[in-house]
Amino acid sequence: MIQALRRAADTVLPVLTLLTVAAAIFMVFVYVPTDRLQGIVQRIFYFHVPLAMMSFAAFGLVAIASILFLWQGSRFWDRLAHSCAEVGMVFCTLVLVTGPIWARPIWGTWWTWDARLTTTLILWLIYAAYLMLRTVSASGGQEARYAAVLGIVGAVDIPIINRSVYWWRTIHPAVLITREGGSGLGDPRMQATFGVCLIAFLLLFVWLVWVRNESGRLRDAVEELHQQLLAPERR
Amino acid sequence: MAGLVIEARGISRHFAGVRAVEDVDLHVEAGEAVALFGPNGAGKTTLLRMLATLLRPTRGDLRLFGRSVADGGGYARRRIGFLSHQSFLYPDLTPTENLEFYARMFRVAAPAARVRDLLEQVGLLGWAHRPVRTLSRGLEQRCALARALLHEPDLLLMDEPFSGLDVDAVNMLSETLRQAHARGTTLMMTTHDLAQGFALCQRALILVRGRLLWSGLIQEQEREPFERTYLAAAHAVDARPA
Amino acid sequence: MFALIRKDLQIEFRTKETLASLLMLGLLTLVVLSFALDPTSELRAEAAPGALWVAVIFAGVLGLSRSFLVERENDCLQGLLLCPVDRGTIYLAKTAGNFLFMMVAQLIIVPIFVFFFNLPATPALAGVFLALFLGVLGFAAVGTLFAAISVRTRAREVMLPLLLLPLVIPIFIGGVKITARVLAGKPLAEVAQWLNLVGGFDVIFLVVGWLVFEYAVEE
Repeated sequence: MIQALRRAADTVLPVLTLLTVAAAIFMVFVYVPTDRLQGIVQRIFYFHVPLAMMSFAAFGLVAIASILFLWQGSRFWDRLAHSCAEVGMVFCTLVLVTGPIWARPIWGTWWTWDARLTTTLILWLIYAAYLMLRTVSASGGQEARYAAVLGIVGAVDIPIINRSVYWWRTIHPAVLITREGGSGLGDPRMQATFGVCLIAFLLLFVWLVWVRNESGRLRDAVEELHQQLLAPERR
Repeated sequence: MAGLVIEARGISRHFAGVRAVEDVDLHVEAGEAVALFGPNGAGKTTLLRMLATLLRPTRGDLRLFGRSVADGGGYARRRIGFLSHQSFLYPDLTPTENLEFYARMFRVAAPAARVRDLLEQVGLLGWAHRPVRTLSRGLEQRCALARALLHEPDLLLMDEPFSGLDVDAVNMLSETLRQAHARGTTLMMTTHDLAQGFALCQRALILVRGRLLWSGLIQEQEREPFERTYLAAAHAVDARPA
Repeated sequence: MFALIRKDLQIEFRTKETLASLLMLGLLTLVVLSFALDPTSELRAEAAPGALWVAVIFAGVLGLSRSFLVERENDCLQGLLLCPVDRGTIYLAKTAGNFLFMMVAQLIIVPIFVFFFNLPATPALAGVFLALFLGVLGFAAVGTLFAAISVRTRAREVMLPLLLLPLVIPIFIGGVKITARVLAGKPLAEVAQWLNLVGGFDVIFLVVGWLVFEYAVEE
């Protein structure tokens, strides 16, 4: 039963993802009208915002998987947390790259210290710490638990960080107005494009996590078999 | 105190791909003295640490003093003494300070008096007020032994306790263990020293590559044939393709 | 639990290593920052609170990792884990010890800070100590947890700041804000929201740390 599901996911997911991403690209570059105020650059918005939402959602998943891992002890949750973290990190990096690309022509600077962007930067740092922790732990097996601890603490911290950075910004006179979210989407075509992009990135995320998770699972299975071959027989 | 002190069923411990201990069944009754033999890397230390509640079994069921450790090992720790080649002593503190600390942690009654008694018993009174880092290894191990016995444990687990000790210390340790055993303390030790193991223990186990290959009473063995059996078992396993 | 704190204090008393590191690094940071900020410019007074907190945090990271390095020799952490003591209690005791050490260091660092940055020694300093009290508590809460983790990784000197600094940003921001306001002579009521934030941070992470510490030390 699980095998059937796996095979289904292996074939259906990539196809679905490919289709929606293609549709998204088409819509962003051809279909949607150019924003009056911001010009062509505004199209980045359709990538940037879903990427950002997924990055944060991904860390939330890391935290949930971490709690379940510590509570239950099953390697499944640990692998899931790791996969989500890796993909989340990639998405987060893209957010931090597309942000300045968008900001520069619009606002004239590469970087602003506004609340959302800063929180995303800190999220990126926490992702980096999480992945580094995994590679650097000494005794085998422990890095999973350490990473889980970081995942949980980090996720609890992110809202607090966001709040504190937001307050930090509003006390100084803001250099630039905080970037609006979806408030500029008057045109229904824009809303549709945004929706499609959101779904596209969601599927992309799920598919990448799936691939990464599978590779982790297979690697563990190989390791298991290897160990079984090594073991001496019982008397 | 009657009953099973240790009851392990199919316990395993895996570290990131390495199966240090695999599917071990073990029963130890109160008052027994058990020796755990095995080549280096066999998983003896890992097994012992699991029994001391320092490690959680990856699989299997472990019961200490009749209760499962899955509920958390706190109840067992009060009654277990653990001796390892690491002394667990703070190098900057004196033996007295170290022991008084542990005495308080184990809620020993009248800690100061008990500490003095034990220091006397292991022959450390003369060094009681120098930092542990100034002590030789033999003396440090004596202090570690005092630490393990501080709370009068019902189960004493020892990982290669005789390694690196001079003759004097070996004799003192032997004697102390014999006395503890006579009082009804359950002993379990890993050792490379077949002679000591034979002298102190009634039962022997052989652990190779994480699996329990052999278990039996020592009286029924004579040392030489046992050595041969042991070496043969160890080599047979090594001979398999890795 | 008090036995644990007492033990850490005993060790510190004998070696004085932690306090020395905390003080030296704190002072050095203040000195270096003084060079970075031109003594004549007005910017200096504005940047002063930030300088103090940078010093506190950098020194603190070092002090924190020491608290578990102490347990590494002779594998004393295993000895601790063998005691019939709740892991959460070990966490609280270690956090309390770290907090105490850091606060004692502040008793010396703050006057030096006032000295270097030419600040008036008004009663406003009490507010600074309040900010430090709350901030250092939260810092110790999260820091003790991750010090326990990072001490057992291979890159232990690098790991702790890497893990800790992003997470304590709210404390840093809050601490600097409160300090700045207080030194400018404003009443405490103005920084109430920051006090709440940092205080909330403290409570939340003391609880989380207490719950999660066993996973950081047990195997």
